[in-house]
Amino acid sequence: MPKRFASIWFRHLLTDWKAIRQTGLKGKAYVFAEPDHGRMLITALTDEARKYGVTEGMTVADARVIAPDLQVFDGKPGRNLKLLTGLAEWCLRYTPLIQLDPPDGLLLDVTGCTHLKGGEKAFLQEVVSRLKAIGYDIRPAIADTIGTAWGVARCATTGLIVPEGEHRNALMPLPPSALRLPMNQLLKLRNLGLHQISSFIYMPNAVLRRRFGKDMVLRLQQALGQEVEYLFPLKEPVPYSVRLDCLEPVRTRTAIEIGLNDLLERLCKRLYGEGLGVRSAILTWYRVDGKNGNISIGTNHPSNRTQHLFKLFFIKLETIAPGLGIELFVLDALKTEPVNDKQSEIWSAGGGADSEEVAELLDRVAGRIGTAHINRYLPGEHYWPERTPKPYTNLKKKPESDWRTDKPRPMQILDHPERIEAMALTPDYPPKLFIWKGEQHIIVGADGPERIEREWWLEPGEHRDYYIAEDEAGRRYWLFRSGHYNAENNQHWYLHGFFA
Amino acid sequence: MTATKEEIISQLRQDMIRWEGFRPPQPGADNDLGLGPVAAAFPDGVFPTGAIHEFISSCPEDTAASGGFITGLVQKLLVSGGACLWISYTRRIYPPALKLFGVDPDRVIFVDVPLQKDVLWVTEEALKCEGVATVICETKDLSFTESQRLQLAVEKSHVTGFVLRKDVKKVNTTACVTRWQIRPVRSQLRTGMPGVGHPRWQVELLKVRNGRPGNWTVEWKKQDFQTITTPQLTEEARRYA
Repeated sequence: MPKRFASIWFRHLLTDWKAIRQTGLKGKAYVFAEPDHGRMLITALTDEARKYGVTEGMTVADARVIAPDLQVFDGKPGRNLKLLTGLAEWCLRYTPLIQLDPPDGLLLDVTGCTHLKGGEKAFLQEVVSRLKAIGYDIRPAIADTIGTAWGVARCATTGLIVPEGEHRNALMPLPPSALRLPMNQLLKLRNLGLHQISSFIYMPNAVLRRRFGKDMVLRLQQALGQEVEYLFPLKEPVPYSVRLDCLEPVRTRTAIEIGLNDLLERLCKRLYGEGLGVRSAILTWYRVDGKNGNISIGTNHPSNRTQHLFKLFFIKLETIAPGLGIELFVLDALKTEPVNDKQSEIWSAGGGADSEEVAELLDRVAGRIGTAHINRYLPGEHYWPERTPKPYTNLKKKPESDWRTDKPRPMQILDHPERIEAMALTPDYPPKLFIWKGEQHIIVGADGPERIEREWWLEPGEHRDYYIAEDEAGRRYWLFRSGHYNAENNQHWYLHGFFA
Repeated sequence: MTATKEEIISQLRQDMIRWEGFRPPQPGADNDLGLGPVAAAFPDGVFPTGAIHEFISSCPEDTAASGGFITGLVQKLLVSGGACLWISYTRRIYPPALKLFGVDPDRVIFVDVPLQKDVLWVTEEALKCEGVATVICETKDLSFTESQRLQLAVEKSHVTGFVLRKDVKKVNTTACVTRWQIRPVRSQLRTGMPGVGHPRWQVELLKVRNGRPGNWTVEWKKQDFQTITTPQLTEEARRYA
């Protein structure tokens, strides 16, 4: 398929933007000015200001003399880029491949996109009328090459759609400035009397290169399609992406659900055919009033089941604010992975913790409470009780070592050991009684001590001597004394857990 | 004639039990959870799987004892495969201890719900999932409606659910099949031996649908439940070390 490119030229990008924000300015003469070497130079101006004879690069003082009612606004460097980025995002509804074309244009790769709007003419008409409704005065053009589209948009007045293969003829009558050349070369061409591209298009490349440098030849060849030129898209296009253009703006939840289901079905069908599954996906919506937003999901296992992915989005659907209506949904599968072969799982009985259903369940739970709150524990190579269970979020990881069963461990453990008052009569013997939360527990049976040294390479501190103590009521506790026994009776006793 | 009447009545009883949500165990399935004499309290003498069991505890010591008892039951439920989810709001379970009750801690998926109100939502979702063998939910309150929802979820999916209610001040009616209260009691070693013995609990079955509530002393020994029938010896001057 031959490539087709569209170039959109915003004729008065900054001044139009100002007029959109301040409605009273429409039809007035006003300029943007930026400081330069201690003077205020005009950087952007309206047609009304131009009628007075004001031009770009003029100082504000001079302009005020010839146009007494001129309004001057402070310009900000980089504002046009910001505006263009916003407009490019808005234009993503027409094509996924858009490049900014500073200072005042956009380049769109519309190959295979225009028929969605009913042909190139209807496409351009829609772009013009939609942007005009917003308040931007634009001139678009479509051609086979980026260079021709750019030149035609800026320099031609008619024939904005250059038919396939006609770009050479379209370029002929245009002035050299249609070739994206620097000012000094344009002046040189004018001085030589080359007012039209047709006057030098047939000159041998060697001659042109000697006279004007290789850049000019490159630009000419790019415009003619003899040299390849690529777009550097604003957003990296996602290989698995589906879009849903709504005929009428969508506002109700039911309609959004139907739309989402339709998108997912198309995406899953495509992924299924290629043996892939979604690991993470993002649903972006574009509202009528130019706002957009997105919700994203992630899965444990690559999945191409529509129902499952729908459920994951369903939990988050309420965050969509349709406002006046949504006109476009785009569903991108950001991360895909090959789906596991399901055949092999048929033979395993029951299915373990990593079965499909459990993975889907955990995806739903993670969608609601976050992945960080779902853990598995594998044995950590540590003696220190707090580090013995090592948390993992991976469901498939197998333990590398066995769990220790030689020492009893409490069923319940406190996050932070709680200080208790304990009385031990003999050094290194378990306490006789302890007081926790105001209640006195008389110990009738105990095991211990089990000394656990602190891992000094990780943190400093005292070792712990653990005792299992059973009180009169049969309640079993895990107590420890921090550090050695000393006669001054200022040992620190802690309660760390409860045995079953 | 009388014999047929009895037969009819027993048949009707069986039907009633079934209508009330109890399903007879699948033929061939091993539903003996090693509870021994305790199992006689259940309808048909079989621990009801695919149902919700409620455990109440009023202090952390009871919670630990209930946790041990539940883990002992879960051990048998996990033999036939499936995942185990432990859902809680403020979790204090120490995973390595599960191994002492026969459950591999790495098979359990711990879901620490940051908001109390999400606990039951997660539990219900988990109970509906058929790849899950058992779900343990630690929560504080469980209203009748909430328990009904959980019970309805498991009747479809055959998952066994354990609801461990901590710090219960007021016990309300629930739709759970059983209600248990597990308390730790003095462990026992051979006479004259110091130290702490095997975990031993006073297991109270406060409520069981279509069964007979009861009260037992159960010990966890050699990876299995042992019901203690002999009265506990009172050993006043027991000393340690």
